[in-house]
Amino acid sequence: MNGPGPVLELLDVVKTYPGDPPVQALRGVSLAIHSRELVALVGPSGSGKSTLLHVMGTLDRPTRGVVRVAGHDSTALSDRQVSGLRARTIGFVFQQFFLLDGESALDNVADGLLYRGMRAADRRRAATAELERVGLGDRLRHKPNQLSGGEQQRVAIARAFVGRPAIVLADEPTGNLDSAAGAAIIELLLDLNRTDGATIAVITHDQAVAAALARQVWMRDGRVERDSREAVA
Amino acid sequence: MKGRGRSGAIAAGPAPIQSSRISALDLLRVGTGGLRSRRVRTILTAIGIGIGIAAMVAVLGISESSRAGLLSKLDRLGTNLLTVSPGQTLFGGDATLPLSAPAMIERIGPVEATAATAPVSANVYKTDQIPVVQTGGVSVLAAQTDLLDTLRADLADGVFLNTANERYPAAVLGADAARYLGISKVAPGVEIYIGGHWFSVVGILDAVTLAPELDRAVLIGFPIAESTFGIDGSAGTIYVRADPAQVHNVSAVLAGTANPEAPNEVRVSRPSDALAARAAAEGAFTSLFLGLAAVALLVAGVGVANIMLMSVLERRSEIGLRRALGATRVHIGLQFLAESLVLSAMGGALGVVAGGAAVAAYASSQQWAIVVPPIAALGGLCAALAVGAVAGLYPATRAAAVSPTQALRTG
Repeated sequence: MNGPGPVLELLDVVKTYPGDPPVQALRGVSLAIHSRELVALVGPSGSGKSTLLHVMGTLDRPTRGVVRVAGHDSTALSDRQVSGLRARTIGFVFQQFFLLDGESALDNVADGLLYRGMRAADRRRAATAELERVGLGDRLRHKPNQLSGGEQQRVAIARAFVGRPAIVLADEPTGNLDSAAGAAIIELLLDLNRTDGATIAVITHDQAVAAALARQVWMRDGRVERDSREAVA
Repeated sequence: MKGRGRSGAIAAGPAPIQSSRISALDLLRVGTGGLRSRRVRTILTAIGIGIGIAAMVAVLGISESSRAGLLSKLDRLGTNLLTVSPGQTLFGGDATLPLSAPAMIERIGPVEATAATAPVSANVYKTDQIPVVQTGGVSVLAAQTDLLDTLRADLADGVFLNTANERYPAAVLGADAARYLGISKVAPGVEIYIGGHWFSVVGILDAVTLAPELDRAVLIGFPIAESTFGIDGSAGTIYVRADPAQVHNVSAVLAGTANPEAPNEVRVSRPSDALAARAAAEGAFTSLFLGLAAVALLVAGVGVANIMLMSVLERRSEIGLRRALGATRVHIGLQFLAESLVLSAMGGALGVVAGGAAVAAYASSQQWAIVVPPIAALGGLCAALAVGAVAGLYPATRAAAVSPTQALRTG
């Protein structure tokens, strides 16, 4: 899917929200995430992490700079193309899970493939396998309100990974969970990275979560303060 | 330049982007998700549309059934009945038909049957105790025995005048006359008092559509009328059945035949004309009621738009999620448009069924044939879909414009 270059690359990305005075959420961020990496984007609230995730995920366009996903400069693409990019190369995991209440765990996961134009039977087959992969093989028909928080986040993770995207962006995936369930979620992400070689960026304010991952990028005031990869290198 | 862009991209650049796709079936499933999770609201909104459509279908169906009812009645009674009655003289006095008129008319070739009535100047009472001035507008007519068949009229009870009873004091009551006299059944001993003589009631007529003047009359035989009340046997009204293909020709010669000396004093009419005119006029009020139904539909459409806007607001996080999953703005808009269309189609189907049921109930209560014009059923569904499309357009545009980042933040 991706060439020899980084899966995700940000070059001097600036994001300014109009207002009086304008809010500078990102003040020139450059960052590269390579295939099979497991990166923590760490920082206190207000450091620009969420904006960074939205820009990385092509949900928002930067005011300036370049965001390259799987080699495509997303800032130069139309809504249709950017949506296609999200449907096939980016997976999302959110703090609030965002599962559809009326649908079973299986259908929620299958929705991860909905906008690829796949046949329903194929989507469900892949979703079943993915739910088994995250340890919910016995919860296929459960509705979200019949699942615990940790289980709901596992469903959301299965939905993000079911299409084998080039990169999965997780926004505070443990933020709504108790510490035991949160630890289990981090363990799952580590396992997906280790055994499947998935590329994952986790946004968190939790230093303990960040420390568990291979690489940490510290954010402060819309800038990258420190990147453990560059520090090691 | 062109060539380089293509081949260069494959060799060195990233794989080309495949755009998001969703099948129409999936779009329909996604679009009905909101409806399935909010059933009460869905049903109530659909009922709103249904009422508008039902009103439309009912208005069109009932008017069509009524027309069919009139036409079938016309068919049964025949359009080949003509009546000949005395008109006015040149000087404005009441004319009379000559004594020879019925016999002359019967000689016209295409005439199939004739029957005559003649006025009898006598008053009718239920008993001999009522003062002479209270006549109640019931007239007395002498009638020929074949009047019933000529008019294709029906008896509510008893028998009609016949060769056996026409020379005795026997009377047949018109429908209104029977009601006025308080007689609903024929039984031995039921009598009325006509011009100082007691008459047995032998029969009661149903309403006679083609000769409503008989409804307020009491009919007695010509022989008894002549012997008791001294009428001269000349005709009052002559009812003529003509060959259906020759009605116009017969009609043209009737006046001259009935009174060759003064054909202008003869009035010839075709009672089925009034019925045919009513059938043709049916639908004059339809457009007014259709307008009211359209207003109901418009109100329901506003309701749909309102519900859809609410749905967009409530489902912001779902919109954000779907955008993250790869839905384009157009996909989101189509999802909500599909929701609105499905909602309206449900209402439309409900309305067509309810409207059809209303037509069936009303038509059978009137003993008409049940006619729901296909154009009304189809038009009702199309109208519902049109309302759904218009009502859903603005909410769908709003949904498509929702910024994914804000939708995900507020969720």
